Amino acid sequence: MSDRLPGIRPRPSLGRKLDIAARQSFPTVVTSLLLMIAAAPLGLAAQAQIQLAVALVSVFFWTLVRPGSMPPPAVFLLGLLVDLLSYAPLGVGVVILLVLHGLTLAGRRVLGRAGFLLAWLAFAILAVGAVALQWALTALLTLQILPVSPAVLAAILAIGAYPLLAVPLGRAHRTLAEPDRA
Amino acid sequence: MIRLSIPLRQALSKLTLPVLIAVAFGLMLLGKADGMIATRMRMALADALAPIWGLVAEPLAGVHRAVDGMRSLATLYQDNARLRAENDVLRRWQAVGLALDAENATLKANLRWVPEATPSFVTARVVADAGGVYARAVLLSLGPNHRATKGQIALDERGLVGRVTEIGSRSARVLLITDLNSRVPVTLESSRGRAILAGTNGARPRLTYWPEGVVPVEGERVVTSAEANAFPAGLPIGVVRYNANHVPEIEPDARLDRLEVVRLFEYGLNDLAPPELSIARQTERRK
Repeated sequence: MSDRLPGIRPRPSLGRKLDIAARQSFPTVVTSLLLMIAAAPLGLAAQAQIQLAVALVSVFFWTLVRPGSMPPPAVFLLGLLVDLLSYAPLGVGVVILLVLHGLTLAGRRVLGRAGFLLAWLAFAILAVGAVALQWALTALLTLQILPVSPAVLAAILAIGAYPLLAVPLGRAHRTLAEPDRA
Repeated sequence: MIRLSIPLRQALSKLTLPVLIAVAFGLMLLGKADGMIATRMRMALADALAPIWGLVAEPLAGVHRAVDGMRSLATLYQDNARLRAENDVLRRWQAVGLALDAENATLKANLRWVPEATPSFVTARVVADAGGVYARAVLLSLGPNHRATKGQIALDERGLVGRVTEIGSRSARVLLITDLNSRVPVTLESSRGRAILAGTNGARPRLTYWPEGVVPVEGERVVTSAEANAFPAGLPIGVVRYNANHVPEIEPDARLDRLEVVRLFEYGLNDLAPPELSIARQTERRK
């Protein structure tokens, strides 16, 4: 963060301010765009699970590498978007994303220094928990026993999607989404 | 901006997450207490996104067609042979069909049969998957002055797709027959036995509650029944297939996994009448 470095700098111009704002909002904007694309008629099997996987991976990844660009209110809005797009009972997506966000923040000190594989393992555990929580809350709110296989598929897809998304997101984190490079 | 002291600001930032989680639980209760709020928010979002998805749907359908084309090129020779054989069979069936049609016309003429009114329909493009992990539904893009209403019946070119459950100003949501909450009264075509088709969220809905003495036969055709006045009689749904656990399921005729265009039929059925109305009707009947 440039704020933490001492020294006198000229006031940022309007263009530079806009650039910084764009870079800071990159994680949330890209995540919501990915969610909307995942709801488009792509003709893929298990598209609902893919959408959930995108939300889980994005929130976990950005909370881990740059929590400043993925604040709790943004997570709340992303969860609401997931609920509205996926026709889940209102609030379920919000809760699971916020819990994921909170747990990731709590473990950030350890996970931030850990390597890619350990982060993946941590994500796998959190994703299984999130999917289980979603299953339980949805069952509770709709008052029926839901089939378990979609939840299992969602967890597997989320875990499998992590490296696929984390690599390009990691590159974006160092280039596009880096406010210091504005 | 209100200037706050640094410890206060830190305390507030620590509180944000628990407060938001509490708000989320409140949202859950709100959605449970008043289902209309969630529906209205969803349809507002769907109305806003439907035109965009509609734009994307066109090139995507092109890509799907191109992929299908490439695939069919590979199997051109076998397909041709299969189609020739199928054509021979179909020619025979055409003769049977024409004979039955003529016979039907004479019988109807003799019986003074009153023809049923042809239902009006609107055609709409499927623009998005409006299901979730635990729901099976599609979103349709409609013009701003559409006449689609709740409860209309959606069919593709092969068979029953589902029913319209939510209507927005530019979009409509169709709950598929495979959804966990879908129940369709059906008739087994050869035995005329009535049953209920219950969705399981899987690709094949399950057949339940068939009467004693009637056994669904593998490969038997299943059509809608007019019971409960939710569907008109005789819409094709699919054929009976027994799964590995020996439970009769329906293989839908409609291509539910790749819906592109559906027709919404207005049969003037009043299945979504409020409860007061149905009580009033029962008392009328008793008189």
